[in-house]
Amino acid sequence: MKGMQLWFARNSGALFALALFITMFAVYVVKNGVGLRIGLVTAVANKGVLLALVAMGQTLPILTSGLDLSIGMIFVLTNCIASAILSGPPWLVAAGSVAVLLGGVLCGAINGTLVVYGRLQPIIATLATGAVYHGLALIIRPVPGGSIDPTLARAWTSQIFGVIPTTLVILLAVVLLIWVPFQLSTTGRGCYAIGSSESAAYMTGIAVRRSRFAAYMFAGLLAAIGGLLLTAMTLSGDASATSGGIYTLSSIAAVVIGGTSLMGGVGGAVGSIFGAFVLRAIGDLLFVFDIQPLVQPFIQGLILLVAVSLGAIRVLRTPNRLDFLGVGR
Amino acid sequence: MTRILNVVDRPVVIAFCFVVVLLILGGMYNQQFLSALYLLQQLRVASFLGIIASGAMVVILLGHIDLSIPWVVTIGGITATAVAGWWGAQWTALGVPLAVACGALVGLANGLGVAFLRIPSMVFTLGMNAVVQGMVVMYTGGNAPPDQATPILQWLAVRDTLSVPHAVIVWALVGVLVIVALNRTPFGRYVYAMGNTERVTYLSGISTRRILIIAFVVSGTCSAFAGAMLAGYAGKAYQAMGDPYLLPAIAAVVLGGTSILGGRGNYLGTVAGVILITLLESILSVMQISDSARQIIYGTMIIVMMLVYGRDRRVEG
Amino acid sequence: MAQPNLSVPFWRMHGISKHYGGVRALENVELTVERGRIHAVLGENGAGKSTLIKIMSGVVRPDSGTMEIEGRPVQFASPADAMRSGVVSIFQELSLVPDLTVAENICAPEPPRRFGLINRRAERRLAEALLSRVHCEDVHPDELVCNLPLSRRQMIEIARALGRSPKLLILDEATSALTATDVERVYAILDRLRTEGLAIVYISHRMREITAFADDCSVFRNGRRVESFPKGSKSGDAIVKLMIGRDYKDVYPVKTVRTPAEAPILEVENLNWGARLAGIDLVVRKGEIVGLGGLDGQGQRELLLALFGVLRGVDAKIKVHGKLKRINSPRDAKHRSVGMALIPEDRKTEGLVVPLSVRDNISLAAVGRFARGGFIRTLAETQAVKDVFRTLSIYAAGIDVAVRTLSGGNQQKVVIAKWLLTDADLFLLNDPTRGIDVGTKQEIYKLLRKLTDLGKGVLLYSTDYAELIGCCDRVVMLYEGRIVRELGENALTEQNILTAAFNVPENQVTVGEAAR
Repeated sequence: MKGMQLWFARNSGALFALALFITMFAVYVVKNGVGLRIGLVTAVANKGVLLALVAMGQTLPILTSGLDLSIGMIFVLTNCIASAILSGPPWLVAAGSVAVLLGGVLCGAINGTLVVYGRLQPIIATLATGAVYHGLALIIRPVPGGSIDPTLARAWTSQIFGVIPTTLVILLAVVLLIWVPFQLSTTGRGCYAIGSSESAAYMTGIAVRRSRFAAYMFAGLLAAIGGLLLTAMTLSGDASATSGGIYTLSSIAAVVIGGTSLMGGVGGAVGSIFGAFVLRAIGDLLFVFDIQPLVQPFIQGLILLVAVSLGAIRVLRTPNRLDFLGVGR
Repeated sequence: MTRILNVVDRPVVIAFCFVVVLLILGGMYNQQFLSALYLLQQLRVASFLGIIASGAMVVILLGHIDLSIPWVVTIGGITATAVAGWWGAQWTALGVPLAVACGALVGLANGLGVAFLRIPSMVFTLGMNAVVQGMVVMYTGGNAPPDQATPILQWLAVRDTLSVPHAVIVWALVGVLVIVALNRTPFGRYVYAMGNTERVTYLSGISTRRILIIAFVVSGTCSAFAGAMLAGYAGKAYQAMGDPYLLPAIAAVVLGGTSILGGRGNYLGTVAGVILITLLESILSVMQISDSARQIIYGTMIIVMMLVYGRDRRVEG
Repeated sequence: MAQPNLSVPFWRMHGISKHYGGVRALENVELTVERGRIHAVLGENGAGKSTLIKIMSGVVRPDSGTMEIEGRPVQFASPADAMRSGVVSIFQELSLVPDLTVAENICAPEPPRRFGLINRRAERRLAEALLSRVHCEDVHPDELVCNLPLSRRQMIEIARALGRSPKLLILDEATSALTATDVERVYAILDRLRTEGLAIVYISHRMREITAFADDCSVFRNGRRVESFPKGSKSGDAIVKLMIGRDYKDVYPVKTVRTPAEAPILEVENLNWGARLAGIDLVVRKGEIVGLGGLDGQGQRELLLALFGVLRGVDAKIKVHGKLKRINSPRDAKHRSVGMALIPEDRKTEGLVVPLSVRDNISLAAVGRFARGGFIRTLAETQAVKDVFRTLSIYAAGIDVAVRTLSGGNQQKVVIAKWLLTDADLFLLNDPTRGIDVGTKQEIYKLLRKLTDLGKGVLLYSTDYAELIGCCDRVVMLYEGRIVRELGENALTEQNILTAAFNVPENQVTVGEAAR
C-alpha cells in the first residue's frame, strides 16, 4: 500500500497532465458536434504526436538540469533531409529513413559533445547549434518543397486496423522501445541523478558524462522521428525558422505541464507526452468554442500561464519558505 | 569596489579582442568597413540591441531569463507610435513614456509571477510573451499597425548631433545607469548575491522578491523603450518586430562574460558582446553571404568564442 | 579471490601532497592503515582531513605521492575507481541523490540487472536487506531520499557503504547527525566489521568516541600528519594539544552575575506552528544567554526559524522590547525595530555567498545602512568591514579574498561578522559550533559573552551538552515541540539535561536511567 502511495506521489505531475488532457478532450468531443469520429481522432493524434515526440526529446536534457534550444531545428532539419531522400524503391526509402534518424542522432551528439566535453552551458551551446542546424536545413531546402513516397506517408498518417491512428501506435512503440529501456538503464537513471545533485551523482560513482551525452543524443533521435512523421504529414520539407522556434518553446512548455521540473531530477517523458497533448488540445478547444480567431493567441498564452501556475499552487502551501528557495540558488 | 576596479575582466578583454579581429577582417574585405561613417552606423544599430541587452543582463545576473522580450519590444513600438492616433497629435510626446510604462507593467507581471508564484522564469515569461502577442493581435486585428513613427521617435533613433547618433547617446546613458546601479547601490550588491544564492540572500534579511520584481521591470522597460526607438528607426512599428532580438540579446550578454546561471558578469562585457554581434551580422550581410551560411557562421562563431572563454567549472565533488 | 597478503598493511600512502592554488591542503603525508583495526584521524578544521579522505576515495587526485593497497600501487581516476578497489567512503556532505529513492541510491552505481536493464524488484530486495542490517526496517525502499530526515539519510549512506563489500571503510563525520540509539548501532556494526578483518578509517570531532573506540590515532595539523599512536597511550588533553599545537583548556568565559530584573528583549507567548511546535513561552532578557536543548529534531531549529520569520503560519504573540511585533520574513526580523540576527545551521548553503569575497559577505546584511540617497558610501562601508574583521580576528589574507578559501571556523566568523554589522540586539544561533575547530569555538564563546556584556541577548541552540552548560545562563529543554523543563543557573547539570531531553519526569530518575 505504501508502495502505491509513493508511486502516486512521484508521478503526480504526469497524472495531473493526463487528467487535464482527458477532460479537455472529452469537452472537445462533446462540443464539436461530430462526436468521436475516426478521422477526427486521427487528426488530433497526428498533430499531438508530433509535439509529443519533440517534447519527449526535450525531457531528457531537462532532466539533467540542462536544456536543448536546438531541438525544434533538429526537427525541421530532419524534415528537410527526409523530403530530399525518402523517395524511390522501398529499400532506398528504408535506408533513407534510417539516414534521417542518424542525422538526428548526429545533431544530438554534437550538442552532447559541446555540453559535456566542451563544458559549454547548454542554453548557449544549443542556441548556437540551433542556428547552425537551421542553416543546414536552408541549404537543403532553400524554399519549401521536396517529396516523400506517398504510400509510406499514407501508411504513417492513417490508421491501423482502421481504428487506431498509426501515429499513436508509433508513439507507443517509441515509449516502449526507447523510453522505458532508457529509464531502466544505468545511463538513464544517471540523468535523473545528475539533475538532482551532480556532486552526489559523481561521488556515488555514476558515469555523469556518459549520461549527460546520452540525454542530448536521444533528444536528437526523438526529434528526428518527429521530423520523419512531419514529412509524412506535410508531404514536403520546409526550413521554417518560425516552426522550429515554436516547436522548441512548445516542447519546453509541454515538459513543464507534464510534471518535469526545469531544475532537473524529477519527471519523465510520459508526462511530457500528456503535456504536449494538453497544449494541442487548448488550440482545438478554442476553435470548437468559436472563440474569435483574433482572440485565440491571447487565450492560448493565458491558458499556458494558468496551466503552469497550477503547479505553483503546491508551492504556495509549503510552510517552510526555505524549502522552495532551493540549495544554493 | 572590486567590481569597478576589475574592469580588466578576462572575458571582457577577450570579447573586445574579438571585436578588433572582426574589424580587421572586415577591413581586409572592404576598405569602407573601417570608415567612421560606417562604424557610427554600426554603433547606432547596436544601440537598440544594447538597450535590450541591458535589461536582459540584469535578469540573467539573477539567474533568471526574460523570454517576453520579443513582444514587449513590439508592444513598445506600437504604443509609442499609436498614441497620436488615440488621443490626438498634441499627445505625441506621451508616446515614449507610455511605451515604457507598458513595458514596466509587463515586467511587473513577470516579476510577480516569478517572485510570488515561484514559477520558473523561463516558463512564465514564455507564457507572458504569448499573452502580449495576443494583446497585440487583438489590437491590430492581425494586420500591420497603421501608425507612423512620430518625430520624437525619429529624432531619437535616426538623427545625430555632431555625427554622434542620438541612439548611441541614449544607449550610453542607459549603460551608465546600469553600471552605477550594479556597482554603487545596495540593489547591485543584492543582485550579485541573489544570482549566486537566493537562499542566503533571503536569510540575510533582504527582500528577494522586491529585487526580482525590480529586475523584471527593468527588463520590460528596456525592451519597450528599445521597441519605441526601433519604430522610430524603421519609420513605423510592425508585427513581430521584436522577434529577431531575443536570441542575440542573450548571446550578447553571455558572450560578454555574464554567466547564464547568474551571479557573475560585467556590463562592459555586455557592451562588447552587443558590438560583436552587430558587427558579425553586418559583415555577413555586406559580404552578401546567403542566409543559410549566415546562420551557420553565426552559430559556429558563438560556439568558438564560448569554447575560448565561456566554460563551466568541472564538478570535482 | 586471492588470499589477502597479511604481511603488508592494507593501505599505505606515501609522500602525498595536494595544493589548491596557493593553499597547501596536504604536505608530504604518510599514512598506514592496518586490517581489522579502526584508525581515527583527528585534527582541527583546515588540518587537511577532508582533503585526505577525498584523495583516498578518488574524488580528487593528489599532486604527488603514491598509494598502495596490499603492497600494490593504485591510482584512482574517479570515485567509481576507488569503489572498485574496495575503498568505500561515507562522507560528511551526504552523497545521496535527493530525488532518487532509497533503493535506487543504495544500489547505485551498479544495480542488479536482468537482460541489461535494471531489475527493480531485485533492487528493492537488496535495499531491504541492507536496511535491516542497519536496523532501518521502517524506511520504505521506494521513499524519496529528500523526504527523509537527516539522521535516516546518514543511516542509508552507511547501508549503501556496507552493500559495496568494502575492504577499506572510511567514515567522515558519519555520525554527526545520528540519534544516540543509531550511534550505538553504528558502533556495533563497525565493531563487527573490525573482527571480520576490515580496515576502517574514522574521522570525528567527538573526542570521547575516539578515545574509547579507535585502535590507532593519527593527528593532522596544517596539512601534515603530526603523530600516530595506539589506543590508550595519550590523554584527551594531550591529543588536543597535538591538534592545536599549543596548550589549551576547555574553558568557558565567566558568566556575569546579573540582576534578575533586566528588561526582556524577547517575549514569546504561546507559539504554535502546525504539529511541530506547541504552546512555546519564552523570554530572553538583556545580557542573557538562553540555551535551547533537547534531543535532535525536537523543534529547536524550527523555533529559531519561526522567530526569524522564515516559517509560514506561525501563531504566536511576540513582543520585542515590550512592543508587539509581526515578523513575517527575515527582513522584518532584521529591521531596526526588531533587531534580530540568525546564525544559520549550514554556513555554506545558508550563511555565506561562497563565490563572493569576505567583504561582500560581511556587508551583505547591513549594506543598506551605508547607503545615502541610494548610493553606497564605500569608505564608510570598508572601514566598518575592516573594524569587525579585526574585532573577530578573522584569519584571512584580507577582506577581498574569496570566502571559500577560508577554513570552516573563519567562515563561521564571517557569518557572525555579517550580523554584527546590523547592530542586532538579539542573536539566534543554530548550532553554531558544529564542525568548528576547538580554537575558534573558544573565540565564539568569548564573543557571545562580550555581546551580552553589551546588553544584547542570545538564544543558543546547541547539540553539545557541555557547551550548553558552559555557556548559557539558563537552558530551555524541548521535547516534541514543547518546552518540558527550564533549567536555571543552579540546575545546569548534564544529568538534568539528559533527563529533560528524554522527558523523564524529575522524580523518577534512577542512576541507571540517567546514564542513558
